[in-house]
Amino acid sequence: MSITIHDLRKSEGSYLPGSASCPGCGATIAFRIASRILGPNTVYVIPACCFSIIQSPYPRSAISAPILNFAFAAAAAAASGVQRAYKFLGKDVNVVVWAGDGGTVDIGIQALSGAAERGENIIYICYDNEAYMNTGIQRSGATPIKAITKTTPMGKQEMPKDMPMIVAAHRVPYVATASVGYPFDLANKLEKAKRIKGFRYIQIFSPCPPGWDFPVEKTAEIGKLAVDTYFWPLYEIEEGKLRVTIKPRKKPLKEFIRMQRRFEFLKDEEIEEMEKLVMEKWNFLLHLERSERVF
Amino acid sequence: MNMAEGEWDIITGNHAAALAAKLARVGVVAAYPITPQTTVVEYLASFVESGYMNAEYIRVESEHSAMAAVIGAAAAGARTFTATSSQGLLYMAEVLHWAAGSRTPVGMAVINRSVGPPWNIHVDHQDTMSQRDTGWLQLYVSSNQEVLDTIIMMYKVAEHPEVMLPFMVCLDAFVLSHTFMPVNVPKQEEVDDFLPPYRPRHWMLDPSDPISFGNLVFPDDEYQEMRWSIDLSMRRALEVIEEVAEEFSEKFGRYHGGAIMKYRISDADYVILTSATLASEAEVAVDMMRDEGLSIGLLKLRSFRPFPHHSIRENLQGKKGVIVIDRSISFSSGGPIGTEVRSSLYDVSGAPAVVNYITGLGGRDITYNDVIAMSKDAISRISTGRLRKPYYWHKLKQDYQRIELAEEVVS
Repeated sequence: MSITIHDLRKSEGSYLPGSASCPGCGATIAFRIASRILGPNTVYVIPACCFSIIQSPYPRSAISAPILNFAFAAAAAAASGVQRAYKFLGKDVNVVVWAGDGGTVDIGIQALSGAAERGENIIYICYDNEAYMNTGIQRSGATPIKAITKTTPMGKQEMPKDMPMIVAAHRVPYVATASVGYPFDLANKLEKAKRIKGFRYIQIFSPCPPGWDFPVEKTAEIGKLAVDTYFWPLYEIEEGKLRVTIKPRKKPLKEFIRMQRRFEFLKDEEIEEMEKLVMEKWNFLLHLERSERVF
Repeated sequence: MNMAEGEWDIITGNHAAALAAKLARVGVVAAYPITPQTTVVEYLASFVESGYMNAEYIRVESEHSAMAAVIGAAAAGARTFTATSSQGLLYMAEVLHWAAGSRTPVGMAVINRSVGPPWNIHVDHQDTMSQRDTGWLQLYVSSNQEVLDTIIMMYKVAEHPEVMLPFMVCLDAFVLSHTFMPVNVPKQEEVDDFLPPYRPRHWMLDPSDPISFGNLVFPDDEYQEMRWSIDLSMRRALEVIEEVAEEFSEKFGRYHGGAIMKYRISDADYVILTSATLASEAEVAVDMMRDEGLSIGLLKLRSFRPFPHHSIRENLQGKKGVIVIDRSISFSSGGPIGTEVRSSLYDVSGAPAVVNYITGLGGRDITYNDVIAMSKDAISRISTGRLRKPYYWHKLKQDYQRIELAEEVVS
């Protein structure tokens, strides 16, 4: 039983018109889908990130669900407290962290790791736009190698952290990658996560037109190309067992890279180098898929 | 581990703090260990696991997360408790502001310990004094009974609709935290009767009534008014602290004071003003100096935030001098209490001279003899007009004291 467009259309989301997002924002597409699946019985804990702004300023809100905006480093800890209070009071509510990549892989990693290790009954969603976009495009631990940001004006020299695998190494019941370019894959992963108890983690690839420098109408296309070029493989790890959920026919990485000016310094030979890295990761995932358990 | 409620027991300050959280029916505890707070979290863990206390216990990975978790839990409607010390409190600093700004009446015991480097696990008040502007109510106590009673009372104060602010009850490292003292442990029913369950009245995270808490506020919107409202609540808390202390005293027969506690000051020419366990030493010192014929009393400052300006002015006006003893320092400015007492008295006609001492840092032992020495030094300074400096160091090692004295001569 998988989620179809009819299911998505029928369900009510928590995203209202009139938000303060940039045009073509990938993260808002992710939220639109997520809130439809998570439903109205959901509380969001949001650390400093683009969504601090996107939800729109006081006294308005573009999100019709309760939100606890929280300090950058501690969303997972605050969400732990929220969930435990509901447990103590006998209330059944989805407690969801909705965080950017900086608040997840960098400053928020300690609280996230603590909550994962304790097995807190929360869903942690990282909408990954691969840099600090809310502060105006600075590199994060999730920024890909060679990408230009304002703090890596010649392109980042380091590989990003493999956060889904870091979380999976905590042996949590559910970890998944997703992309706004594959909305039904995303929806089904959310649906699955919602039905599992314990710490669940989903990292959603969320293209950012101003940050990655591409035309605003290309968000979905880039989100799809990231998957189709194996730049951002889609997989899930359920109870330690890994499954690659989308196995597209491979497209050349160049198609994905050349659509974004953040990679404009890349020479063709460098893209070839990146192809190797991408294929290594893909083959590694296929290898893991054949294993009984990853963690 | 279960306590004989309704009876006397001999327990440490940390044990008293943990018991207070249990008796207050705290629903969510989140805590991280740090010397000398550690046994508080150990007691709480054993209370919860033995079933003596019904609560969720979150064993977080840092103090920052401890504070984050209790704010989240309070936002979802639970009464909450945590405890920390020193570096742990400073690591929480960002989220301390978040607790007050969220108007979540989170409860915390802070075991006052000096701040590194160098490492030192003994008492001074640098940790909490440096967090005085976070919007937390700050109470300093002098005995283990006062630890237990004040935590219970402060939940009532913090959750009062006119207040809705977090509180910290501060107890001196080792002097209280690890020292056994007789404590009368109230019965659960008596505490229940005094302290009703927590019902958030302002806002809470509730999917059936969704609100967005803490989103962006522009300069022309109500940011400044939100800060004003914290200040107003803090000022109103002074009255609530007095009311709750009176009510507690009627119910339990114990009165530790409200924002201040007075000891032999009505007819005194000189008043020692200090807080925490130094106030106990000062009480002994007052008795001894009275026996010598000195006209001296003690004003113990229990509440540093809210700061009881009015009581201080009322009780000190017309005195010849006030000896303020601080166990922390705002470098180059003076003791945090001394500075504020002087500011409080500045425009009072017939304001007494204020002589401020910094002492007892890093756990240096300060006894009633030291308090007597400081008092006599102050009285001699006042009567001879030697009041050149805004504050003086007491009990520096000799070589250092010499440098400090030379500074005084130069000034």
